[in-house]
Amino acid sequence: MSRQDSSQAEVEIKADTLACNGRWTVGDVARLRADMDEMALPDAPVVTIDGAAISAMDTTGAWLLLQFRQQLEADGRKVILAAFSAAHQRLLDYIAEERRAADKPTVRAPGKSWLEHWSSIVDDSIDFLAFVGECVLALLTAIRHPGRIRWRELLDDIYHTGVNALPIVGLLSFLMGVVIAYQGAVQLKTYGANIYVADLVGYSMLRELAPLLTAILICGRTGSAYAAKIGTMKVREEIAALQTIGVPPIELLVLPKLFALIIVMPLLSVYADILSVFGGMVMANAQLGIGFNAFLERLEEAITISTFMIGISKAPVFAAIIAIVGCYQGFKVEGSAESVGRHTTISVVQSIFMVIIVDAMFSILFSMLGI
Amino acid sequence: MLTEPALTASPEDKAGHEVIIRMRGVRTVFGTRVIHNGVDLDVYRGEVLALVGGSGSGKSTLMREMIMLHSPDGGSVKLFDTELVGIGAREAQRLRRRLGVLFQQGALFSGMTVLQNTGMPLREHTRLDDVMIDALARVKIAQAGLPPEAAGLLPSELSGGMIKRAALARAMALDPEILFLDEPTSGLDPTSAGAFDELVLQLKDMLGLTVLMVTHDLDTLWRVADRVAVLGDGKLQGVDTMDALAKSTQPHIQEYFKGPRARRAREQ
Repeated sequence: MSRQDSSQAEVEIKADTLACNGRWTVGDVARLRADMDEMALPDAPVVTIDGAAISAMDTTGAWLLLQFRQQLEADGRKVILAAFSAAHQRLLDYIAEERRAADKPTVRAPGKSWLEHWSSIVDDSIDFLAFVGECVLALLTAIRHPGRIRWRELLDDIYHTGVNALPIVGLLSFLMGVVIAYQGAVQLKTYGANIYVADLVGYSMLRELAPLLTAILICGRTGSAYAAKIGTMKVREEIAALQTIGVPPIELLVLPKLFALIIVMPLLSVYADILSVFGGMVMANAQLGIGFNAFLERLEEAITISTFMIGISKAPVFAAIIAIVGCYQGFKVEGSAESVGRHTTISVVQSIFMVIIVDAMFSILFSMLGI
Repeated sequence: MLTEPALTASPEDKAGHEVIIRMRGVRTVFGTRVIHNGVDLDVYRGEVLALVGGSGSGKSTLMREMIMLHSPDGGSVKLFDTELVGIGAREAQRLRRRLGVLFQQGALFSGMTVLQNTGMPLREHTRLDDVMIDALARVKIAQAGLPPEAAGLLPSELSGGMIKRAALARAMALDPEILFLDEPTSGLDPTSAGAFDELVLQLKDMLGLTVLMVTHDLDTLWRVADRVAVLGDGKLQGVDTMDALAKSTQPHIQEYFKGPRARRAREQ
């Protein structure tokens, strides 16, 4: 860089002349530009800018030189450009013209007011309801004409959302069982109520935690993938292409995903139940010395089939929420890659939020029904 | 840049042209498919060279090899007399500042306005202040023939022709010595395509650019290109002016330039 430093753009100030030298190019004008404001420019009624010693000039350099001229003229002086090479002079004239064209200030639209903000939330909710309605209509059509169900896509989605999710769902459920059993063991030990660890693990996991944990994992893993996939298709105009070919996008893209998740989620929840109980069992054995047989016998006494069914019955509802929110956000994508990212994030946050709200509503409902 | 002393001197060929890109024996293989099998090509400083060839003949790949986005499987590519095969990261970065690339779809960053897109190379590579960068970006936007209002728009709010112009403004941000254009007029209506051709010519004259373009547009070839390089069968079938190529008897070249569309473009 030292070689470039020695030829950086410079000005030499004389009584009525601004003598320029060095390379007036994009990489070499930064220092001059930084010093520009503190310079004492020549104070004469007519100032000459001498460009004879400029060794190279590009548009950036030309812009800066014109900036000098503008500053001098602003103070009411007359400025003469002298001794520039023909090419440099041509470039200066050209940039001067483009500067004039660029000089009109642009007005950026003002930000949203709080009222617009809230009204956009209302609009969003109405949009979402409309989308749910469209999905239900498509669902009814599909039930009336089962031949139009896309079995290939359905099986594909079942494989991707179900089979591929087994390792992560299994591992996390197992660890959840371990944690619950461990925390419970510490408390129960003090009362000598060791065997009730089976009640604790069985009841909490089967009824609440296993389906919820599965749903949250699937939100992050599958809901986001749905949003990103449909969003990307929207950006690439594939959705529009489907419409022109006469394939309703909801029928091809949303229904198979919705069905697949509704089928897969209860199965994953059962699987999560099994592995979390196993995790609890392993921990009970290690911490409290309860053998597997004793644990399972106690589990059979403590847990009724309805506890298990309550947990599993929530899974298809969670599945529907995740699939519909994910797909809806995918369709909301507009134009850019950034929009895909934003709506993917929104889909995950919204679906986790809604899953937890609905879970709470289930709790209220079940307690009112006395189950 | 307008002055002769380039940062590194480039060799001259026999006719006295300064060679700015020199490719020798370039070989490119994708899987089992041989794309280039010994391509030799010289690009002279200050000319507009167009690369043409049928679909899949490897025009865009050859261009990507010149701008260090793809490394050839054999042969040598010299840019400003620096060998690109096996080049170090720092050296590559230094060379990239001297190139401007216009991608086929524009490749504007979708989260930024046109002004931010155009200013980005300046922000990354110079120590200039924000006021000057914004002012310079506005000049580039005007240079590219966009109205000043376009500066505040996002890429998703632009039409196809405006996207190309905005992308050109960004490519021009650092006053590159070589401008690479990948299908600059594809997807534009004839009027916009013609206007874009004139814009490229004007910029080349004003700033002394070397332009390398990949194009299918025969009107652009007749209007803008000083020389045309025809790729086919993994080799360069010929490099010459349009007039000379139109008279060529080479089957590959004839196929390309003697169709009814080519004749019509020539008559205009």
